[in-house]
Amino acid sequence: MQLHTLAFFVAPFITLASTVIPAHSSDAQQGRDGEVRILYWQAPSILNPYLSGGIKDVEAASLVLEPLARLNPDGVMTPWLATEIPTLDNGGVSADLTRITWHLTPGLTWSDGSPLTARDVQFTFQYCTATDGACAQKDKFRDLISVETPDDLTAVLQFSAPRPYPYGPFVGPQTPILQAAQFADCIGPRAPGCTEQNFAPIGTGPYTVQEFRPNDAVRFTANPNYRDEGKPAFGSVMFKGGTDANAAGRAVLETGEFDYAWNLQLAPEVLDAMAARGKGSIITAFSTLVERITFNMTNPDPALGEDRATLGEPHPALSDLAVRQALAMALDRDVMTQIGYGPTGRTTCNIIPAPPIYASSANDGCAAQDLEGARALLSSAGWVDSDGDGVRQRDGTHLRFTFQTSTNAVRQNFQLLAKEWWRQIGVATELRNIDASVFFGSDPSSPDTMQKFYADIEMYAGASDGPDPASYLGQWACGRAPSPDNAWQGSNVARFCDPEYDTLLDKLTQTAGLAERAEIARQMNDMLVQNYVVVPLVDRGRVSARSNSLAGVQINAWDSELWNIAEWRRVTP
Amino acid sequence: MLGLIVITVGLGPWVWPLPAKLIDLGARNAGPGWAHPLGTDQLGRDLLAQLLAGGRVSLAVAGAAMIVSISLGTALGVLSGMFRWLDGPLMRLTDLFLALPVLPLLLITVALFRAPLSAALGPETGIFILIVLAIGATSWMSTARILRGEVRALMARDFIRAARSTGTRNGAMITRHVLPNIIGALTVSATLGVASAILMESALSFLGLGFPPDMATWGRLLLDGTAHLGNHPGRALWPGALITATALAVTWLGDGYRDQNDPRHHAR
Repeated sequence: MQLHTLAFFVAPFITLASTVIPAHSSDAQQGRDGEVRILYWQAPSILNPYLSGGIKDVEAASLVLEPLARLNPDGVMTPWLATEIPTLDNGGVSADLTRITWHLTPGLTWSDGSPLTARDVQFTFQYCTATDGACAQKDKFRDLISVETPDDLTAVLQFSAPRPYPYGPFVGPQTPILQAAQFADCIGPRAPGCTEQNFAPIGTGPYTVQEFRPNDAVRFTANPNYRDEGKPAFGSVMFKGGTDANAAGRAVLETGEFDYAWNLQLAPEVLDAMAARGKGSIITAFSTLVERITFNMTNPDPALGEDRATLGEPHPALSDLAVRQALAMALDRDVMTQIGYGPTGRTTCNIIPAPPIYASSANDGCAAQDLEGARALLSSAGWVDSDGDGVRQRDGTHLRFTFQTSTNAVRQNFQLLAKEWWRQIGVATELRNIDASVFFGSDPSSPDTMQKFYADIEMYAGASDGPDPASYLGQWACGRAPSPDNAWQGSNVARFCDPEYDTLLDKLTQTAGLAERAEIARQMNDMLVQNYVVVPLVDRGRVSARSNSLAGVQINAWDSELWNIAEWRRVTP
Repeated sequence: MLGLIVITVGLGPWVWPLPAKLIDLGARNAGPGWAHPLGTDQLGRDLLAQLLAGGRVSLAVAGAAMIVSISLGTALGVLSGMFRWLDGPLMRLTDLFLALPVLPLLLITVALFRAPLSAALGPETGIFILIVLAIGATSWMSTARILRGEVRALMARDFIRAARSTGTRNGAMITRHVLPNIIGALTVSATLGVASAILMESALSFLGLGFPPDMATWGRLLLDGTAHLGNHPGRALWPGALITATALAVTWLGDGYRDQNDPRHHAR
């Protein structure tokens, strides 16, 4: 009896851990497990990722369309339709870093039975870069000038400038390969009009589109020409969109109507209560989405008029490193993580917390709260409460700050906690919360945007696009500081300006080789964190839920969450 | 009942001495008990203390905003009802205000005046005045319309003509004959105004236009509480109940007042 109970509890974990090993022999039949029901609370509106930037659309399309390579859950690049990842060492990347050669796996076919060739790769490039076209992924094809096809299985990408990290196009779910034959008449301005193609693209993936109702649901059936014998295990996929995160969580965890629910950003107590019903479990994956506090290095005083919050006017208090460090030391990041995110977040001291090779270990231990140390630091820097009003001052400048963020229950809790801790070290804080559409709206005429930063301290979340942090770290370049000259569109909201940092950034954009790049990226991360330009708080994970009868799920924060749906199968919980 | 609410809220700190802003991380999400009669929220703040503190703000905002909106509404309503030549322009003005989208207008108002007012009067007083004026200035229109109708009907009555024939001046006419006769409609408008002002304030706070997030008001407590309706229903139910009770009490008060003072009511 006892043994039986034990097996009952352990079984799901064993199956989860052993997903890499095929659980069924190759003679097992495709479609043997019937239907899997997936719920995305944002419904897909199109199945062509080149015409939509929405995650819901990209992930729905990822069942059908596939790229040359993907990132696995650890952020490591894995060949998908290609035989191997081209690198300098294997000769796939040319020495001058401008050419990259991909080799397609021989014998691959589209779901209609026709062969996949390098011509399709070339066509996809032409499709996205066509003049007058509105390709949503154009940025990924930046500097790519041609794709040559020396033979049917080789595609050579030629860039106009050296690309130390050349894995932009055809890697990841945003830039899959389209079938040239199907989309031939849909180039440029005609692309959005090709409804039939955009709603039911032909792909190489495990599923084909059977029926698509935009903004409602998609029904997929298994691709009879799929390359792996006996896969996928599910003959059809019901991909439903709509409702909200709360209802989606209930549908999997409480009622069991669905097998998989995506993106459940709910309060930790709410999630725990749902999971306690025992119908399913919560799965998380972490990438680089970090909730952070940013200090304004420039003076936001309205009296400065035009020069308000621009580089010429340093902040009277926050330009002092001691003040920034003390504010950071007063925070108990573990408590914040626990209250705000529970199991779906983890405390971080780095602005780049992943993949492991890029994560610096120089800042470990930052998370411990040290109120006494913060007080001592402020006192030794000359900030003392000489008039007895509970607020420290120096040369007539009081430590009174405005702390703004978007309206969001978790962020308001964080604000309240920070205010209380800062009060204990003699810093007064005025809190402001701004509607998210305004705060993140980047409208240059609004005074309340994150970029304008007409406050002293602000909090928001940001992430690196993909595992390579070059463009992400580039956000803190001096020239990217928002100002009236660039219509307040810069990404360096802290107005951090350090020539040394900019030099490192230049070096990063010219260095190839993963280990060297990681070394520079870690240095830059440490500069940002140890100068207390940003205070990383929580590494926020992707949260989804799966039914206990669903096995093979490996949630992936770097790629589509459904990246390995061909491996999914039904088990008895 | 209103008296009870007002007195309890007014005496807040003497009734329950715990400070509303005190964060006690050791007592997060506590249920009702001796230390916290109504429990605590996700940061360990005492709900009862927050309700009392929030009540002071909410009632003050509601009362002040109601006075602003009723004064504006009455002035415009009576003037346009009594004087034909003012009727057209004033009612078009009312139409204009009704047609204005309230939210963008408030956004602009707050963006323009928030910083100067905060600097001049301190963040909390500055925002209080701003919110009262903003709510008052965007909710007087229905009062003006209702009163105009009442006054126009009144102007055609015999006793008004009689008063006019005896040479009553306009000022005396308004205070002696018009206002007493429209007091019913006025009180109903005012009481409805109090309830809607409480809710309006909470909506503003939610959008980040109102009070800072650490300042408790009933509306904010209600909004924060709704997310926890499933596992901690008290957090939303108590502020909700207080808003309802206040609105009801004010309405009954208005009713009772009308019953006593409406001359038409006596005539029947």
